[in-house]
Amino acid sequence: MKEYRTITQVAGPLLFVEKTEPIGYGELVNIVQSDGTMKRGQVLDTSDEVVVVQVFEDTRGIGRDSGIRFTGETIKMPVGRDMLGRILSGGGKPKDGGPDIVAEKRIDVIGAAINPYARSSPDQFIQTGISTIDATNTLVRGQKLPIFSGSGLPHNEIALQIARQAKVPGSDEEFAVVFAAMGITKEEENQFMADFERTGALEHAVVFLNLADDPAVERIITPRLALTTAEYLAFELGYHVLVILTDMTNYCEALRQIGAAREEVPGRRGYPGYMYTDLASIYERAGIIKGKKGSVTQLSILTMPGDDITHPIPDLSGYITEGQIVVNRELHRKGIYPPINVLPSLSRLMNLGIGEGYTREDHKKVSDQLYAGYAEGNDLRGLVAIVGKDALSERDRLFLEFADLFENRFVRQGHDEDRSIQESLDLGWELLSTLPEEQLVRIDRDLIHKYHPKYRKAAKQEA
Amino acid sequence: MEVKGNNKGTLKRISGPVVTAVGLNAHMYDVVRVGNEQLMGEVIKIQRDNTIIQVYEDTSGIRPGEPVENTGLSLAVELGPGLLTSIYDGIQRPLEVLMEKMGDFIERGVTAPGLSHEKKWDFVPTKQSGDRVGPGTIIGEVQETNIMHRILVPPNVNPGTIKEIKKGSFTVEETVCVLEDGTELQMMHKWPVRVPRPVTEKKNPDIPLITGQRILDGLFPIAKGGTAAIPGPFGSGKTVTQQALAKWSDAEIVVYIGCGERGNEMTEVLTEFPELEDPKTGKPLMERTVLIANTSNMPVAAREASVYTGITIAEYFRDMGYDVSLMADSTSRWAEAMREISSRLEEMPGEEGYPAYLAARLSEFYERAGRVEALNGKSGSVTVIGAVSPPGGDFSEPVTQNTLRIVKVFWALDAKLSQRRHFPAINWLDSYSLYLDTLHDWYDENVSPDWNIVRSWAMEVLQKEAELQEIVQLVGSDALPDEEQVTIEVARMLREIFLQQNAFDPVDTFCDMQKQYDILKTIRIFADLAYGAQKVGVPTAQVISIKAKNDLPQIKFTKDYKADLEKIVANMEAEFKALREA
Ligand SMILES: Nc1ncnc2c1ncn2[C@@H]1O[C@H](COP(=O)(O)OP(=O)(O)OP(=O)(O)O)[C@@H](O)[C@H]1O
Ligand SMILES: [Mg+2]
Repeated sequence: MKEYRTITQVAGPLLFVEKTEPIGYGELVNIVQSDGTMKRGQVLDTSDEVVVVQVFEDTRGIGRDSGIRFTGETIKMPVGRDMLGRILSGGGKPKDGGPDIVAEKRIDVIGAAINPYARSSPDQFIQTGISTIDATNTLVRGQKLPIFSGSGLPHNEIALQIARQAKVPGSDEEFAVVFAAMGITKEEENQFMADFERTGALEHAVVFLNLADDPAVERIITPRLALTTAEYLAFELGYHVLVILTDMTNYCEALRQIGAAREEVPGRRGYPGYMYTDLASIYERAGIIKGKKGSVTQLSILTMPGDDITHPIPDLSGYITEGQIVVNRELHRKGIYPPINVLPSLSRLMNLGIGEGYTREDHKKVSDQLYAGYAEGNDLRGLVAIVGKDALSERDRLFLEFADLFENRFVRQGHDEDRSIQESLDLGWELLSTLPEEQLVRIDRDLIHKYHPKYRKAAKQEA
Repeated sequence: MEVKGNNKGTLKRISGPVVTAVGLNAHMYDVVRVGNEQLMGEVIKIQRDNTIIQVYEDTSGIRPGEPVENTGLSLAVELGPGLLTSIYDGIQRPLEVLMEKMGDFIERGVTAPGLSHEKKWDFVPTKQSGDRVGPGTIIGEVQETNIMHRILVPPNVNPGTIKEIKKGSFTVEETVCVLEDGTELQMMHKWPVRVPRPVTEKKNPDIPLITGQRILDGLFPIAKGGTAAIPGPFGSGKTVTQQALAKWSDAEIVVYIGCGERGNEMTEVLTEFPELEDPKTGKPLMERTVLIANTSNMPVAAREASVYTGITIAEYFRDMGYDVSLMADSTSRWAEAMREISSRLEEMPGEEGYPAYLAARLSEFYERAGRVEALNGKSGSVTVIGAVSPPGGDFSEPVTQNTLRIVKVFWALDAKLSQRRHFPAINWLDSYSLYLDTLHDWYDENVSPDWNIVRSWAMEVLQKEAELQEIVQLVGSDALPDEEQVTIEVARMLREIFLQQNAFDPVDTFCDMQKQYDILKTIRIFADLAYGAQKVGVPTAQVISIKAKNDLPQIKFTKDYKADLEKIVANMEAEFKALREA
């Protein structure tokens, strides 16, 4: 392979190389430093005058004397079944002291889009054991449902609890976990790894670690390596894969850094104008393919800068993912775990995976009614702060109390408390029964007669 | 118009979806074949010897020096039998064929014609030799699905006399008709997507597109041939609304463009539509539908093309005399595709990085909507409904603002409503329809002579409630005068019973005009009885908590609701009578 020593400029993570033979767009590049260290990069722009290379590692030590080797192919990843149980770096190199991956196949990491015609609609209910997810923001196999959180909030605990408890009722297949860390701290890494080891999850997991002190630009490929692995496990080996990507905010920062180095016209708040498209090329890599056994379910975590859900990172993510679970600081301050605020949370695929034959016939309506009741009670809190409880009508007082009950009984649960969907829905009914029956306008009369505790008790007594 | 000079050049630079070629003789918007793999692209800028091309497929691995070939043609779609029930990518490649050719993932470099060139269709002529025909004339028919596909003389063919016309089974490429001047006509013709198809005349849109959605038909109606925008933050209900319109609106043909959105949403349409029946014809909804899917992870240049592909197909069915409705979800992704390409061209950015021509492109697109007299004298329409996805849900951004300057109907989605699961989360105070006046008479004649009166009354109550809520926020609802407490209750009923509509309930998902009127009217009857009782001294608490009205919400989920509704009204009257007499 020919080696060029024609670097004319190094700017941030970018190298400008001249007088090359024709180089392909997106090609993988090896950079050889004078001390022999090898680094990797990718072609971002190519012409007969200059080739722009984005380096995936620290550019320290790269200079005009460094050698450039163009590999003639785009970035490929070796995959194989012995990947399960392995810990790799954010760039895909073994980090656990083990041998290199035995490549059964080498796959382009920039995944092609799944043909919508080849997709099959996700509709298998995943029980996470968390009421605010299962009952009101149901996750289904093949969905991409991120956790929108803030710094210092227990999103990792929630993600781990989901990973531990997630199951498809009536099926004993376990999830394979692909975990990709981007820029997380050592402590966070320990938290995840300890839990994986404790529960034995590591045996059926592939871990990619790019930590806070690893090069930021490497984060651009980490999720792509993880998803390439996930697609291989799911669509070629038939696993149901749960992908955890954390923290997408760090990924976006890396994207911004590269944009700035290229002196691009920045979009909103300095992030590149193409961030939507770029994020979509990650998030869309989830789903189920007709006639294939496995599935890729994505649970990414992002921290909202300043807890602001309109910030471009959560905003663009929310426009691509199939809903979001929003972790809330106020609930956290009240000491409620998991501090999930259901109001801005959403699962768009919920309707496909619930109801008769899936979970229970009353599921959707109970969920709607819980939302309506909690929203109304929550609004009244503002009013109470001004006029006091006494100015409330009897009806309003009941809604106010409902909101408190909802947070303390329905939202709050233990780190290891694994509620079945029946338990969650029954709990919902129990809370709803504190409201006057005629206020339950979202629920059909016959469902009320069947599930409302009042009628159930009556039915029991009769029997 | 033939290409002069060199129609072959070489690649000089590749930068993502934008590449530069030299030595090519090209014109703007010519379709070119890029690189050894002959990827499809389109000329978007010419600068001395440099031809700048947007490529519709991934350009990874393409090198400077590879060949570029100009086809000399514009980006065009194939129009003819075979369009219905199809799902295409942004440049009209059928996704089903792509799957057969390359498997579950979309790889590049595969071509596939928009229509099957092998399939035979039964062509029945409606003209005979000796007849005069001209641009747009219907020369025959093909029963495509349950829809009759009318075969048109292409708009750019000179008038002439039929020398020979055949009957029988033909492919779309076979000649079915020959004119005296030798012109041969096939069932298929091509049309460049960026050029609006000509019409004789644009007419005033004065018939509503009935959507079966109460807040739309009832409060903010759109006319057939009209334009509407649905802006809203993520998760507020753009797609669900667009899909409800695609399912239930009384258009004859539906073109649904998934532009830069989720793959699963297209799959959902593909699985659901064949199972659903058109409430008017009883036939599977899929039979009147054409889908265009450029999902968010497909190439951006093809995203830019997808809206043009869609609207050209819509115009084609309009020219047959059909009412077509086109949904574009989301036009923001199209605008962003323009922005991305423009920034690669290093054009001077306008507002928020969008190109200066953003407003012009948007208005050119919506201008292709309308109720028209087609060249053949038939009357048809294209209704365009565009979703808009403003960053951070902030409507002051350029795409929303430029769209609102053009469209006549604004359905404002509101995160506050969607968060409390008030669906459709369309804000009744911010939304508007500029068709109210033109549609006034239609509602009078076709729904009820007092429809417009009841409608205005409902709007007034909702507006009044908004004012009262401000007071309630300060002093609590008990402090309101009695009459206004009733108003608050009536408004609550309007919101919860009339405006809220569950798209996922098998009955409530579609509500015909009669039922809309009946529900509204019943709430009005309650209001009149309540104010009346209050005047004669019945305590407010009793007035607003009468039992009979608790049954009203159930009406929404009941198919044959008439008898139940009559009972509710009778019970209401009886209860109020008892209260007045007590
Ligand atoms: N009319 C409705 N009835 C019931 N549920 C609805 C309705 N409209 C919206 N929803 C709920 O809201 C969710 C989000 O709606 P939708 O997917 O249409 O949002 P969107 O505005 O298209 O978001 P995005 O911009 O991210 O695509 C749906 O999954 C559904 O749960
Ligand atoms: Mg949508």
